Amino acid sequence: MHGLINRGIQKFVTDSYGTAKWRVVMDRTGLGFTNFEAMLTYDDEVTPKVLAAVCDVLDRPYDDLLEDIGTYLVSHNNLEPLRRLLRFGGVTFVDFLHSLDDLRDRARLAVPDLDLPRIELTEESAERYSLRCYAPIRGWGHSFMGLLRAMADDYGALVYLEHTGFEAGCETLAISLLEPRFSVGRDFNLGARSA
Amino acid sequence: MSQTPCREMLDVLCPMHMTLDESGYITAAGPTARKICPEGLVGQSFLEMFEIKRPREIKTITMLCDNMGTKLTLRFRAAPRRQLKGVVMAGPGVGEMVVNLSFGISILEAVQEYDLTATDFAATDLTVEMLYLMEAKSAAMDASRQLNQRLQTARVQAEELALTDTLTGLRNRRAIDHALASLLSIQEPFALMHADLDYFKKVNDTLGHAMGDYVLQRVAKIMLEAVRKDDVVGRIGGDEFLILIRGSENRAILDRIAQRIIERLQVPIHLGDKVCEISGSIGIVLAGSYSKPTADQMLGDADVALYAAKNAGRGRHILFAPEMRRAPKIA
Repeated sequence: MHGLINRGIQKFVTDSYGTAKWRVVMDRTGLGFTNFEAMLTYDDEVTPKVLAAVCDVLDRPYDDLLEDIGTYLVSHNNLEPLRRLLRFGGVTFVDFLHSLDDLRDRARLAVPDLDLPRIELTEESAERYSLRCYAPIRGWGHSFMGLLRAMADDYGALVYLEHTGFEAGCETLAISLLEPRFSVGRDFNLGARSA
Repeated sequence: MSQTPCREMLDVLCPMHMTLDESGYITAAGPTARKICPEGLVGQSFLEMFEIKRPREIKTITMLCDNMGTKLTLRFRAAPRRQLKGVVMAGPGVGEMVVNLSFGISILEAVQEYDLTATDFAATDLTVEMLYLMEAKSAAMDASRQLNQRLQTARVQAEELALTDTLTGLRNRRAIDHALASLLSIQEPFALMHADLDYFKKVNDTLGHAMGDYVLQRVAKIMLEAVRKDDVVGRIGGDEFLILIRGSENRAILDRIAQRIIERLQVPIHLGDKVCEISGSIGIVLAGSYSKPTADQMLGDADVALYAAKNAGRGRHILFAPEMRRAPKIA
């Protein structure tokens, strides 16, 4: 698994619960190191091990934890560059939803060896969409749910999200767009330089 | 095609266009063109607003008319004189021309300056994707740079550790061999001192290893203080040290350095309620005394001189002389 994913989990724990908790997590994994490097690649079995340890240490259910990580990736100030990159996906939340089909390719343009799970958006009506997420690790659907919820806030859209199940390596989310312009959302200037 | 649908088409396909009449006055402008010229475009003379830099000969509307389809480099005459790219073609009306503009490579500054958004570009325009890539790549580059810095720091630390005697912080045997070899290769004058502590074994045996370690650290400090920053001090065994004095083979100076070290070694050392007294013997060789000095020969001769100093009653330093090689050694 790419270091960016593992590093993301680490940043979530350290930014939300402190570095001491993270040391306890990594101690529990028995991997023999504390810090993930964003630009290195790690064995695939490392990520599930780390996620299990985070659940234990924080005493959180697995699905909730993954959803929180997804939300964190968009809403925390320390990850502003990532939020901006996602906002390049479209002018409106619906544009953004459609851009998810290209998410893998967009990620690969930036970091060629980053292999994100394949996701497919189906438009059932102007207000109803479903998102299928084909991921090697169970729970990606939940992190996408957290990420989508935070992105909807970012765009100022009001949505209802539901995780409708997991089968054959594919998780499905149901997305109902209740109000595309519910609030003003957060600023996005095309040319702003992020810190 | 009638005027209105044509204008709408141009607004959508090339939002940064302007239409000119046959005398070069701007008759209409697309939404993005209007956004970057909020003081107004319609009614202005195109060539009074923009200077055409390339092709250089275009100074009149007739010449512009003769260059349809040519890539133009132009810039605002008003400050900050931003540069643009453009192309001109015949428009739908009689004598009418359409100029389409773009920012080219200065797009990021332009987006910031005019506060442009994705909707200011044509749907097929790749500017937003390019801005995305610029940000994504610089974020990725930043992460790589941080990784490189951490690896570099770790490498320097590992090297430090590998060349350092952990007890005293002096160079270790490996580092000294390395420094000696490089001094020999650049053929710089230098002196090598081989120092051995006197009575140190007794300290370890009677006062314990903690005192022994403390003494070695004190010795390291004394030696470092007696030499200059560029000189090299290393511990090569339990109580054996090598010092490389760079750039000088002046006997008076070397005598003074060795003498200062020995005098300071003889000052009693206190640790808690314990006190110990040691001394030191030093053998010295000069690179300049050999026609072709080698590390082995210099180390061997320094060792001979050191034992001559021990033989002569310890607590002293002796410069190597060839006749010492025949003298009997005592431990």
